[in-house]
Amino acid sequence: MKLDAKIPDYPIQDIWDKHKFELKLVNPANKRKYNIIVVGTGLAGASAAASLAELGYNIKNFCIQDSPRRAHSIAAQGGINAAKNYPNDGDSIWRLFYDTVKGGDYRSREANVYRLAQVSNNIIDQCVAQGVPFAREYGGLLANRSFGGAQVSRTFYARGQTGQQLLLGAYSSLMRQVKLGKVKIFARREMLELVLVDGKARGIVVRNLIDGKIERYEADAVVLATGGYGNVYYLSTNAKNSNVTASWRCHKKGAAFANPCFTQIHPTCIPVSGDYQSKLTLMSESLRNDGRVWVPKKKGDTRRPSEIPEDERDYYLERKYPSFGNLVPRDVASRNAKYVCDEGRGVGETGLAVYLDFADAIKRLGRKAIEDKYGNLFEMYERITGDNPYETPMRIYPAVHYTMGGLWVDYNLMSTIPGLFVLGEANFSDHGANRLGASALMQGLADGYFIIPYTIGNYLTSEELPKIDTEHAAFSQAEAEVDERVKKLLSIDGKKTVTEIHRELGKIMWDYVGMSRTKEGLEKALEEIPKLRDEFWQNVKIPADANNLNKNLEFAGRVADFLELAELMARDALNREESCGGHFREEHQTAEGEAKRNDKDFSYVAAWEYTGDGKTPKLHKEPLEFKYVKLTQRSYK
Amino acid sequence: MDRISLTLKVWRQKGPSEPGRLVSYELKDISTHMSFLEMLDVLNEQLIHKGEEPVEFDNDCREGICGMCSLVINGLPHGPQKSTATCQLHMRKFRDGETITIEPFRAKGFPVIKDLVVDRSAFDRIIQAGGYVSMNTGGAPDANNIPIAKEIADEAMDAAACIGCGACVAACPNASASLFTAAKISQLALLPQGHPERKRRARAMVAQMDAEGFGDCSNHAECEAVCPKNISILHIARMKREYLRTIFTA
Repeated sequence: MKLDAKIPDYPIQDIWDKHKFELKLVNPANKRKYNIIVVGTGLAGASAAASLAELGYNIKNFCIQDSPRRAHSIAAQGGINAAKNYPNDGDSIWRLFYDTVKGGDYRSREANVYRLAQVSNNIIDQCVAQGVPFAREYGGLLANRSFGGAQVSRTFYARGQTGQQLLLGAYSSLMRQVKLGKVKIFARREMLELVLVDGKARGIVVRNLIDGKIERYEADAVVLATGGYGNVYYLSTNAKNSNVTASWRCHKKGAAFANPCFTQIHPTCIPVSGDYQSKLTLMSESLRNDGRVWVPKKKGDTRRPSEIPEDERDYYLERKYPSFGNLVPRDVASRNAKYVCDEGRGVGETGLAVYLDFADAIKRLGRKAIEDKYGNLFEMYERITGDNPYETPMRIYPAVHYTMGGLWVDYNLMSTIPGLFVLGEANFSDHGANRLGASALMQGLADGYFIIPYTIGNYLTSEELPKIDTEHAAFSQAEAEVDERVKKLLSIDGKKTVTEIHRELGKIMWDYVGMSRTKEGLEKALEEIPKLRDEFWQNVKIPADANNLNKNLEFAGRVADFLELAELMARDALNREESCGGHFREEHQTAEGEAKRNDKDFSYVAAWEYTGDGKTPKLHKEPLEFKYVKLTQRSYK
Repeated sequence: MDRISLTLKVWRQKGPSEPGRLVSYELKDISTHMSFLEMLDVLNEQLIHKGEEPVEFDNDCREGICGMCSLVINGLPHGPQKSTATCQLHMRKFRDGETITIEPFRAKGFPVIKDLVVDRSAFDRIIQAGGYVSMNTGGAPDANNIPIAKEIADEAMDAAACIGCGACVAACPNASASLFTAAKISQLALLPQGHPERKRRARAMVAQMDAEGFGDCSNHAECEAVCPKNISILHIARMKREYLRTIFTA
């Protein structure tokens, strides 16, 4: 395997424009001769499928939910960044580029990030033209707000439902192409294998989730937009159906997996309330603008928060980081919450929570002002916890939120398998070791609307792609692999449910491959994960059969893949002997306890090649060069 | 932490053409902090351990935005709490010893697939009929070239907040999809981007709604009462106006 990012050698401002000119075009009359499979209908998948169909390609678009509109992009709250500089506060493409590279703690590619910043403005234009109801000022122009990691207001938003509105915009374009006959939607289908012919991605094998039938689909190229893998931790802010299976099956067919250990833990989520917990809900990070984070000074203090006097409270973020206080970046806030809970000073029934207190803000600004700012969030909090945050402090705790790692792609978004393109959260390319708020939506739509439509044409015209059909031996073999796996899962008939094993995996990952990692912990994870995987394959119990809607069978296949991915994540985290962004190794910190990068030895993308079941994966390094952004150490004291 | 015991009566149906029936299950020691779907998870774990088939129900984001969860709980789509999708309903809204009846959304346009899972693809087809602005990627003018009054943008956003869950259909005595269809027509009728196609859109989407077997609106307003996103029936009035416009204006 050879990693070639294929970044043209031009000044960074010119790379994308010159590259677009150099990419070969497909004659309009020929576009309709090409079939393209798009897996996933989130921001990246839906925007790609619609845009490619508009160009004339024939698209088959797959999703696991009952409708393309359900994809988890819909849950994004805060907003989408763009370098419009509408507020006249000094923003520019250059500044968005700079902030994103810095925010990613210098572990992303400069050229990719620059391109992302360049197309960010087109995304806003596109979405407004579709009828996305962004927030507006009284004069009728678009409103902006500020968001973490930036000193300018560049975030566009639609209340707290920006992801929903952007996704419905892309979905509407997609539905238009369905009506025009250029896209065919395959809902309630799960991709279970990638089909390679002559080493190129030429199709997929899916399970029809309603009747259990295995189906084959061919194409000239396959576009994967299947999201992130946060559910490897069992509990995360991801949707229940979010999974790594499509990516992982591609990895096992030859696609390198890059930086799997880069995961983002969001500091302000509603804490776990019991063993039955099925998912975690994010509370917008904007709450930290007015809320003060604290825990009791005393260990095991079970008094109600109102009974704990001021001088027995520890406002630990304000104490440790006097200049940034409660507004330190996500990773710093998360880690410190963990430390105080590890010390036994956590609050609530589980002791795994800290207070986010609005009492001072209400006293200072009045209840009305707080209600105007955060009313809907306070309501949501009360709906879930039964507590009223106007009267008692919120309890919050960090939760897994986003995965920066993913399948390795070159500048054209093509993986190490020719003809397999990977978009959105499923790829690794733009966020480095930490993603800034409001940048996920930007990247998903950039990839789908404005990058893949150009780069895929170049591939299609440059390659020999003889006609094949689904009777080809490669399809039969892929289907046989799927069949065998399903049969094997159903034959085990053990004692533990899929959920029980998934929960155990989540605990291992959270304890040892979570927000604070050590060599010993990671080595422990590398012992525990294979044991749990063995147990899964000997002792899992899946009810009913394969010829029917069977969610447990679906989840079993996904957990089986998570059990393999988990090991790769631990291995990657162990290899990366530095702290950067969301990856914090306790051995590598400054005297003040802050993340310490090692640019000399680890300024590279770690791309892992699958070498066979039970074999150690092979590490390939793509060196990262920084010609335009100056590397600095972050400090928030 | 409070713990309660419950009797569940759950609709079980093996497939679209099989007869269904309510089956009773006893559940003990349910924490009132659980969400409703977590309570069903607990039931399913117990069923799996007993070697029985778990209850199938659709769900995904579990934070009230994807619209995939459904369920008619004690006769009400999404259950007893106002402005709340089933996935955000919590067990503290129920009493110890209570019997809870759980059924699928019922409508001709939403055939049952299995147990509590129904087929809502009719909604996708209604959007396909015209729930979009016909524009291709790439040709958009600068976003601020289209000024829109804040009040109009806010009202469009109220309509656009629809999550496409189908509770409006399940609550309507006519099984009408008017609130769903109106929300999209209204959003795009309010915004200038939607104006060039407003007539064609209203005609095509209403025709598709009829073709899918959904009934007409007769102003019961049950849809608004159960909508987890508080979509107002005023949008249905706007849809009717848009539709009449297609008939009476050139």
